[in-house]
This record gives sequence, C-alpha cells and structure tokens, in this order.
Amino acid sequence: MKLTERLEKLDRRIIFLIVFLAVIVPLLVPLGLKIEVSEPVQIFYDAIDSLLPGSKVLISSDYDPASMPEVYPMNEALAHHLFSKNIRIVAMGLWPQGIPLNQAAMEQAATEHGKEYGKDFINLGYKAGGIVVISALAENIPQTFPTDYAGRPVAEFEIMKGVKNLDNIDLIISLSAGDPGVKEWVMIAQGRYRKKVSGGVTAVSAPAFYPYLNAGQLKGLIGGMKGAAEYEKLVERIGTASRGMDAQSIAHAVIIFFIVVANIFYLTGKRSKK
Amino acid sequence: MLNTIGIWLAALLTLFILSFLYKDNPFYKFAEYLFVGVSAAYWAVYYYYNILRPNLILPLFYQGQLLYIIPLVLGIMMVMRLVPKIGWISRWPLAFIVGTYSGYYLITYLQSNALDQVQATLMSFIDLSAWKEFFTHPGLIAFLSAISVPVITVGVVTGIIYFFFSREHKGVFGGFAKIGIWFLMVAFGASFGYTIMARVSLLIGRLFFLLHDWLRLI
Repeated sequence: MKLTERLEKLDRRIIFLIVFLAVIVPLLVPLGLKIEVSEPVQIFYDAIDSLLPGSKVLISSDYDPASMPEVYPMNEALAHHLFSKNIRIVAMGLWPQGIPLNQAAMEQAATEHGKEYGKDFINLGYKAGGIVVISALAENIPQTFPTDYAGRPVAEFEIMKGVKNLDNIDLIISLSAGDPGVKEWVMIAQGRYRKKVSGGVTAVSAPAFYPYLNAGQLKGLIGGMKGAAEYEKLVERIGTASRGMDAQSIAHAVIIFFIVVANIFYLTGKRSKK
Repeated sequence: MLNTIGIWLAALLTLFILSFLYKDNPFYKFAEYLFVGVSAAYWAVYYYYNILRPNLILPLFYQGQLLYIIPLVLGIMMVMRLVPKIGWISRWPLAFIVGTYSGYYLITYLQSNALDQVQATLMSFIDLSAWKEFFTHPGLIAFLSAISVPVITVGVVTGIIYFFFSREHKGVFGGFAKIGIWFLMVAFGASFGYTIMARVSLLIGRLFFLLHDWLRLI
C-alpha cells in the first residue's frame, strides 16, 4: 500500500493522541515561549490604565463555566489590574452562571489588594432580558438592580452612592462567550448612549468583533486564551492563560503541520489521478 | 472534604467524556446523560427563582400588580404548543416576541452594525501619518499599517461585488468578484484559526484541571 493510501486510511485516534501529547507535554515541561502583546489587547489595557483612581468600571460577566479556560483568566487579570489602580468595580451579568465566576475572581483579587465588598466592589447579580437590561441600566441602575447578588439592598453600599445610571460609570467591560454579550453592549451602551465599551471574548467569536474595534466602537479587545495571556503579561501576573500558551503554540504547530501534509498529499494524489 | 469529592467527581467525569475519543462506551453515555439531566434540573430551578418568581409571581400574586396578568396569559398561550390540537395559539405570543424584538433591534442594529461601520470605512485613502511612520521607522508592521486603508477599501468593494448577483460574474466584473472571494477566504481562514484556538484552549483547560487540581503534578 502506498504512503498516501496509508495516510488516507489513518486511524483518527492517532491524530487525537498526537494532539493530546502536543498539549500535555508543554503543560508538564514548560518551554517559556515568548508572548507578544497585540494592539487590540494594548488598547484594552490603555483604556483601563488611563482611568483615574476612584473611577468606576462596570464588568458584565456574560459567560459560563464552559468558556472558563478562555474568559476566566481575563476576569482574574482584569480584577487585579483594576484593584491595583484603586478603580472600583460594579459587577453584573447577562448570563446567570457568570455571576459566581466574576465574584470568585473579584474576591481573590480583593484579598490580595485589601479591598472591601460594598466599598471597592459590588456584584449586582444577573438579570434576564439582554438588550432590555442594558437599556434599563442606561436609565437607572438601582431601579434595574434594587438588590445585589445576595439580595441585600444596593442603596446600603458605599460604592453605589452617586451611581444613578451609566453616565456615572467610566468604562463598561463585557466578558462574553456569546449572546447577549459584547455585541449587545456595543449596540445599546455604545451605539445608543455613546458609552465607552471594551470587550473580552472567546476565540471563536473574536473575528466578529474586529470590525467594531476598527470602527472605534470597542475600546480594546481580548480574544481567547492568547489575548488573556497577553493581558496577564501586561499586568505582570502569570495566570492560567500564560501557563497554557506553550501548549497552545505547540498544538497549533502540530495542526498546521497536519493541514500542510494533508494538502500536499491531496494535491499530489489529484495530479497523479489526472 | 467536599472540595476533594468535587474535584474527584469532576476529574472522573472529564475522563468519561474524553473516553469517547477512543470509542463510544457506557462511561461516556453515563456522563452524557448525567450532564443532560443535571442541566435540565439546574435551568428549571434557575429560571423559576431568577425569572418567573421575581418577574411574574411576586408582582402579580404578592404585590397585586394586575398588569402582570398579560405576560401570564401570554406565557400560558406559549405552553399551548404542547397540545397539538391547539398548538396554533402559541403563535400569538411568539409573534409578540418577534415583533417587539424586531422593533427594538431594527434602529439600534442599523446604527451600530451598518451606519457606524460604513462611517468607519469613509477615511482618507492615503494615511499620511502611517506613511510618515513607515518612512521614519521602516518595518513590516509599519508598512502593513500604511497600506491597511487601501486594502480595507479594496476588500469592502470587491466583497460587495461578489455578492452582487444581478450581473454575471464575467470580464472585469468577474475579476473583481474573484478578488472579493480571496478576501472572503482570508476572513474564513482567520475564523477557522480562531476556532481551532478556542477548541485547543478548552482541551488545555481540562488537562490543566486534571494535572493541577486533581493530580497536583503542576
């Protein structure tokens, strides 16, 4: 049997095994490959870095555990960055399962930076409705979220003093794994109310947001685990995204190799058939 | 203790799911059915406590806001779908939802996804500052930045030409359409690359969990 025929009949489980090894080996033996910061991530970082201490940033956690490997590292690094600059966080979510994840990221960063719930950060919880919720926030935040995620009245908390609507928020960040997410925040908060919006998204959805970035509708974009690793580099914090980048790079190299080899055999096979 | 049990359960279920890559087996089936069952139960409880209760039951039955009878009736009409003979009733609340969202989305969508996008392409064909930067600090990135506007312009125009089907794609017109296909292929390639990155990230996430949280090897 010719090599091309043997490759055509190759058991796909061998490919799975090679990809598995390409991921697991660099995790066990880190290679320390260099991470270059891309422009969209730098813009995101600069948008936060330009805020004054005491500013308020709204983080909408529009993701779930299924997208944790990509989005949660962004959430962690973001919370550290904001607290290190003494910026206060008003958290909420258009996805119910994002609420505890964002809370965990904020609590971890708060412990490290000595921040206090209710004074330096608050979690308003989840509200169903997507774009309708965003519109309602633009009109009145305490009316849309009368209580925080644990059911305590938001008026009790110091951080909510002077917060009436999105006019009192300096930057909106949506960490999103789909709809409703960054797209809806751009459509309503940026498009209708002209608020500054930044986004952190899964790699699958990242290409769809580049037009928003190029048009200036998004102030920075973090795309997937690679974007999260770049952001971790900017905030000088080695997190799970940075630790996974060696595996990511090797796995990509293996997949590119497979694509090139498969195409060479396909084209040579086609030519020999002619 | 509970945390340890949780980690062991998650690790075993991860291995059960990954075992499908070898071949279908009872462990995979068990994990799959468990996931479906747990998800259904989770969402049922979540929807009740986070949507139905605060948005309908509390205001209507505990606070006496009678206006909430309308969403209650629309909700019941929607459930009529389960009875084949009167299933047509569910089309009315569906029409209401579609109509409301269309009205709500139309202008906003047009603004952010059409007008703002078109406006962003209306820029000077020759970016003088980018060319100045290129001549001051020559390099590949500076060059790509300088030619980005013409490339975007050509991409937008030829891409639109490709989707213009009222004229046969022949001659000069066909040539432009072909250039449009190349731009589309590059866009699809970028999407495919990002999709691979996402899927590999998920695998890394699971393996990181197994090696770090479960086996504590890293």
